[in-house]
Amino acid sequence: MTTTRTVLTIAALTLREALRRRVVLALAVLTLVLLVLSGWGFSRVAAESGATTLTSGEARLTASIMLNLVMFGFSLIAALGTAFLAGPTLSGETESGIALAVLARPIRRSAVLLGKWLGLVGFGGSFVVLAGLAQCLVVRQTVDYWPPQPALALALLVAQTIVLLTLALLLSTAVSPMASGVVAVGLFGATWIAGVVGAIGASLGNDSVARVGTVSRMILPTDGLWRGAMRAFQDPSALVEFGGSEGQAFPFLSVAPLTITYVLWAAVWVAMIWGLAAASFLRKDL
Amino acid sequence: MSLAENRSAVGDDAAAQLVAGLPPPPAVWCSGLRKRYGKQQAVEDVSLEVDRGEVVGLLGPNGAGKTSVIKMLLGLVHPDAGEVMLLGRPAADPAARARVGYLPELFRYQPWLSAAEVLVLHVRLAGIGVSAQEQLDCLSLVGLADRAGDRVGGFSKGMQQRLGLAVALVAGPELVVLDEPTSALDPLGRVDVRDIVLALKSRGVAVLLNSHLIGEVERVCDRVVILDRGRVAASGTLAELLGQREVRLQLADLSPAAEERLAATGVVERAGDWFTVALAADEERTAVPDLVRDLVALGVRVHAVEPARISLEERLLGILRAGKEGDE
Repeated sequence: MTTTRTVLTIAALTLREALRRRVVLALAVLTLVLLVLSGWGFSRVAAESGATTLTSGEARLTASIMLNLVMFGFSLIAALGTAFLAGPTLSGETESGIALAVLARPIRRSAVLLGKWLGLVGFGGSFVVLAGLAQCLVVRQTVDYWPPQPALALALLVAQTIVLLTLALLLSTAVSPMASGVVAVGLFGATWIAGVVGAIGASLGNDSVARVGTVSRMILPTDGLWRGAMRAFQDPSALVEFGGSEGQAFPFLSVAPLTITYVLWAAVWVAMIWGLAAASFLRKDL
Repeated sequence: MSLAENRSAVGDDAAAQLVAGLPPPPAVWCSGLRKRYGKQQAVEDVSLEVDRGEVVGLLGPNGAGKTSVIKMLLGLVHPDAGEVMLLGRPAADPAARARVGYLPELFRYQPWLSAAEVLVLHVRLAGIGVSAQEQLDCLSLVGLADRAGDRVGGFSKGMQQRLGLAVALVAGPELVVLDEPTSALDPLGRVDVRDIVLALKSRGVAVLLNSHLIGEVERVCDRVVILDRGRVAASGTLAELLGQREVRLQLADLSPAAEERLAATGVVERAGDWFTVALAADEERTAVPDLVRDLVALGVRVHAVEPARISLEERLLGILRAGKEGDE
């Protein structure tokens, strides 16, 4: 009972921090700018295809690629935002001394960690869902394209955000706030690139290069989840249009659908990393 | 009910009565605390106790391990060895801290919250019902009533320390741990803190006070624990630690018999014709007049008699220097 209250109090506090420190405002402005710009871009595509320079298939392919591109932008913002929020929230508070008075209360450290994590998940998740949904609506309004599985796609993007913020939380129990943000984002970028490299390997039939992507997707599941989300955003005919399996080397289209096993692995991965973060935070001397 | 059951019920009752009749367990009890940071042994075998309603001062030079001891008591630092009980419960159980208030040495509070919101947060985390009026009273006690709605980010260091004091006091504590509570305060603020500590003591709240300001400790503390390089160098009530009195005498025409009479009173130190005689704490109040009478009778010319009292500062320095010499 008291643990639940602690978790909810800390989660609400984390959300309030994001609000008070103008993180929400900054993200809202950034998102609005991205939406307007992409709206303009999509309306240009619509104008081109209206002038019959593009076939309907080509138009759907372009819409799919552009939607994935913009969504990648949003997922990047969500990932960077939560990673840089997760860092300071733990190690920043222990460094500055804010944590001393809080943790001297009759509460468990694991409850504090869970509260922070839930707050960040709520923050990152609602951003991804709101911004992603707004983007889908912009696309429908401008080029009349609606992704085949928008709910699944957004859920996978939220999952990707959760994976990265859990990693950032683990890092922030061990290293300084700046380092934890930088390392988390660096790993995120490296896994994405490894995924692209792996896809190129696969399209060239080079197994060892292809394995780079597979291994990196296992070590940090952000890229795998991202590819699943792309798959759910893009038109099924887009790949055929792009040239079948050769299209898999292209970073903004996804060939294979996500397996249930991989989603389960991502869940286990998050639980494992959270457990490590808790163990590290519990042992920490303040 | 069978006879055996009846007997065991009576036994339980008797045990419960016995426990109820016992005095409450001490506010703080710790034994054999040790902590090492890398090669540095920060705390070595520290044991101390703070009784209910008692104000205990923790004194010692920088790096003596005072803050480490406090953090181990509160579960913020994990001891390598040793046991801690807070208000009768093992400190490993977070519930032991339900009635504990703490002002850290490094005090910072969420800068994006207002002073009143910080108190609301701490009351909620403490899990104790405190009305809004009581929270406001707590802020006015530390002189922040008119800043309750202001963001902590705009507070000066002194105001943040006052807020920290309010945080320590807000959830009806039975034990308050204050780590350097006046480090950022002006002289008026220091007097406020002293009054607050004395008010806590009169309400039966135990206080563990870590302070560099010996005068502050001397004025409010019942007992003092002196730490030096991670160990308890001395501890006791102020009367025990400062109990040693001295008398300084300027004498002439001293005979061997008179010297013997001086030595019989206590340890004598001589500087020219000035003699300093240490008097035991439990010495009769007539010791000095008796000594003077006997010296005069032995033909000694007494030019001056001055009482001297050892201050806590001198005592502290004496203990620390003795520790250093003992090492060499």
